Amino acid sequence: MTGMREQKSVFQFIDKPLLWTYIALTLIGWIAIYAAVYNPQHQNLWDIQQNYGKQMIWILSSWLIMMILLSVHPRVYHHSGPLVYLVTMALGLTVAFLGREVNGARAWFEIGSFKLQPAEFMKLSTAMMVGYFFANQPIRMDRFSSQIMAGVWLFIPATLLLLQKDTGSALVYASFILVYYREGLSVNYLIYGLAIGLLSVLTLWLSMKTMWMVIPVLLVLYIVLAADSRKAFFNGIKLAVPAMALVSGVGYAFDHILLEHQKQRILVLLGKVDDLRGAGYNVHQSLIAIGSGGFWGKGFLQGTQTKFDFVPAQSTDFIFCTIAEEYGFWGSTVLLALFGFLLYRIFLIAERQPSAFGRVYGYSVGCIIFIHITINIGMTLGLLPVIGIPLPMISYGGSSLWSFTAMIAILLRLDTGRMLGIR
Amino acid sequence: MRFPGSTGSSKENRHALVMGIVLVILSLFLFRLLSIQILDNEYSELAQQNAIRRVDAYAPRGIIFDRNGHKIVVNRPIYDLMVVPSELPKPLDTLELASLIRISPLELSKRLIKAKNYSLFRPSLLHAQIRVEDFAPIQERLHDFSGIYAETRTVRTYLYPYAAHLLGYVGEASPELIEKSNGEYRPGDYVGVSGLEKTYENYLKGKRGVQYRYVDVRNREVGRYKNGVFDSLPIPGEDLHLGLDIELQVYAEKLMANKRGSVVAIEPSTGEILTMVSAPGYDPTLLVGNVRGHNYRKLQQDPLNPLFNRPLQAMYPPGSIVKSLQALVGQELNLIHPETRFPCGGGYAIAGHTVKCTHKHVALNLEESIQHSCNPYYCYVFKTVVDQNHGRRPREGYQIWYEYMKKFNLGRKCEVDLPNERKGIIPSPNYYDKIYGKNRWKSSTIISLAIGQGEFGITPLQMAHTMAIFANKGYYHRPHLVRSIGVTGQKKMKYREKFHIPIKPDNFRVVQDAMQKVVDAGTATAYGKIDSIIVCGKTGTAQNPQGKDHAVFVCFAPRENPRIAIAVLVENAGFGGVWAAPVASLMIEKYLKNSTKRHDLEQRLLKSRILPEGTDTIPTPTL
Ligand SMILES: [Zn+2]
Repeated sequence: MTGMREQKSVFQFIDKPLLWTYIALTLIGWIAIYAAVYNPQHQNLWDIQQNYGKQMIWILSSWLIMMILLSVHPRVYHHSGPLVYLVTMALGLTVAFLGREVNGARAWFEIGSFKLQPAEFMKLSTAMMVGYFFANQPIRMDRFSSQIMAGVWLFIPATLLLLQKDTGSALVYASFILVYYREGLSVNYLIYGLAIGLLSVLTLWLSMKTMWMVIPVLLVLYIVLAADSRKAFFNGIKLAVPAMALVSGVGYAFDHILLEHQKQRILVLLGKVDDLRGAGYNVHQSLIAIGSGGFWGKGFLQGTQTKFDFVPAQSTDFIFCTIAEEYGFWGSTVLLALFGFLLYRIFLIAERQPSAFGRVYGYSVGCIIFIHITINIGMTLGLLPVIGIPLPMISYGGSSLWSFTAMIAILLRLDTGRMLGIR
Repeated sequence: MRFPGSTGSSKENRHALVMGIVLVILSLFLFRLLSIQILDNEYSELAQQNAIRRVDAYAPRGIIFDRNGHKIVVNRPIYDLMVVPSELPKPLDTLELASLIRISPLELSKRLIKAKNYSLFRPSLLHAQIRVEDFAPIQERLHDFSGIYAETRTVRTYLYPYAAHLLGYVGEASPELIEKSNGEYRPGDYVGVSGLEKTYENYLKGKRGVQYRYVDVRNREVGRYKNGVFDSLPIPGEDLHLGLDIELQVYAEKLMANKRGSVVAIEPSTGEILTMVSAPGYDPTLLVGNVRGHNYRKLQQDPLNPLFNRPLQAMYPPGSIVKSLQALVGQELNLIHPETRFPCGGGYAIAGHTVKCTHKHVALNLEESIQHSCNPYYCYVFKTVVDQNHGRRPREGYQIWYEYMKKFNLGRKCEVDLPNERKGIIPSPNYYDKIYGKNRWKSSTIISLAIGQGEFGITPLQMAHTMAIFANKGYYHRPHLVRSIGVTGQKKMKYREKFHIPIKPDNFRVVQDAMQKVVDAGTATAYGKIDSIIVCGKTGTAQNPQGKDHAVFVCFAPRENPRIAIAVLVENAGFGGVWAAPVASLMIEKYLKNSTKRHDLEQRLLKSRILPEGTDTIPTPTL
């Protein structure tokens, strides 16, 4: 722990733009939750029976957490990655078997009325672990062995989350590809990633059997039309074989691994099923709510779509919907800009860290927040399938707010340490 | 590719690419928002121009039938006008709207302001409970007032202006109930407040449904949203089939016109209540709809207290009818037998005062004592029971007597399926210990109980219930109104249960013989006797310290395979044989033979008026 003098300087050198953006987002979140669960029969702002009352407690407690984490010496963060990682992964394993099942996912510990979701803290610990790994190992991300090792840290939490049937949270770890890219992974991997994504979408859209026919036909055409058929044959095979494998894998996964409701969400998104009652219902209602917001929005507490409970999970996964309906294009833009600025600030701070730990950790935090924003808003806007993960700092929920707060607090502390010349 | 560590040449590029991806995604979102919120009107049209209106589909409450399948309580549609302030035309012609729904412009603007304060975009109630006939002209003009629409609901309709006390009424759910109900009740929902409506609320209420409708800019409903896939149909409440005979009920209420009192009739074999009259009654329709508050206050202020549910809540000293019970207990304890005689002498003298008799009888036997309602005889019986251990431990003797009374549901609720039943009063031995001190009281202290006076109170329901037990020679079902609920057609478990009183049927037979003589040749002969039907009965006079005594008559008929047990109580009518017995007798005739030839008796009852001075006479009913 640091002394009083240093404590004072922590706040002197803290990155205020990031701090203020964070605080602004938590408060915007609270207002949105209040509007989402607003009920004219319960107008007490501090009713802790209501989500907004609870969220206020979460916000105040997360500010406290921020203060505490800011007063810890940065050295602690540099070295605690493995321990924190081990503890949270153990929690994740335990919850997969002993946790309480909510909406099909066994992801919560319940202590009285208090619910804790280890998945949220696993993100934080993975960021710290990956940072520790890069700071203490001779890593070269252009080497296969390093890539494998880097992948292990993600594979463990992702597996545990799939075990908890929490697909959304597992997907978050895909964002580390950007962290690794920053640390030297070839840009080709991003391109592969994109290609894999496109091919998967095509497979689901056209069906696996169609793709099995399309790929060989394309291969034959390529070979026939190419100037150097021999060379084209080898190149083509090199592309076509992994592509066929991927298509088969995706097809198999869709048929045998995904749960019925997940399949349904994907089919609806691809426009293959017009099911406005089931999977498409939420998104359709979300779009009506957002669309009806217009430019200026309907104003605080005046959302109509919310009144009818058309939009589900309004205070959690679909919270963006409430903001877009009540504050319109204008309000949504401000929120997106705030998120953009937050990420800009985080990556900027990450870049200016003198230590590999600080930089990698900062990138991890940025990427985790970024993928949350992408998946959550993408889903709300009907661009991505319905995957239930929170909108950072905005969605209702104590675990996620605490976790995002801790991520940002630690980054702020590392950055202040840099300014104070502490490493 | 070279290793791009923290000092690598591509560091800035990589940072830039990451930020670029962020920017691309956020811009993509921005374009998507631009498209759905501003450029493309599809969604905002869905939400605004083709507004989706959520209309609650209220469930009709269950219908109430009598034992012969006659409908007693049904539902009738009414309309509630709702307003969504943001959708109102601008400018709004408030004068025209006010005249259309027939309220003052001032009242209208008050309601509109209230609605706006609640929400511009959410519906508020503008005007409640418009009758179908009043709604037609409103509906024609409704398209001029966008943002105003009607919700259909139903209110209770009573097909008979009788039986108000037992049917009960419905009112709007209170804020406390709404709070407690966890979404089951919403503001404006109806809930049973009294009577059967309250007891069977959970069966009657049904389940609310919801409809989503498209409404165009002209406030016309143009169809169901998504062909109604989100709609849910209301589930109507379950019907109640009563054991009540509505015709007998109406007849009894007419006979009780311009009198105060109660009539309760029970089918002994099942415990089903055939009739339950609280006189004076009122028309249940008075408490329906938006006139309820006004009418309720008026009924409350009526000096005759028509809201008081006498059969369940009024307690009277049972008077002579308790003598039949005494006769049973005495026999069962082998303390008396049919030929036991006690002297009358016109009174039973005990320390300081005398319990007088109506006549000066010779020493009567058991049967004659009931027939002639001899008071001293039952003072002796009571004394014999209480002092059975040679007067040494009267508390034990009284305890035994007390337990028997309890077995007949006296001093204990019958658990009828109506709210607010009272249990009556029979003092417990502990009570007397407290009043007089332990071992400081004996039979003579409490002798007035012997003839159904003193601290003895029973309700008319308990009187009828006791008669049902007499008719059954010792067994009973708890008295109840509802014989079958909804589609299951079952009655509640507790009313299917059969109870036995530990008294031998032979002992009942002796008392029945006596009660038959009461009607054939005793105190109720004049008005109680019916040709070709054997009626067993007992007259009584309930003491009334405030005024003239109350007339009581209890009976059952026919003696073999009894089908009806009745208790009639007419307040301030004096001796039971004159006013109470004919009501019961006419009802038995009506129920068992469907008509009466005793039209003079009928007319005498219809026209008679037995009410305190200075109260209004209600017009004489006709049959
Ligand atoms: Zn006598």
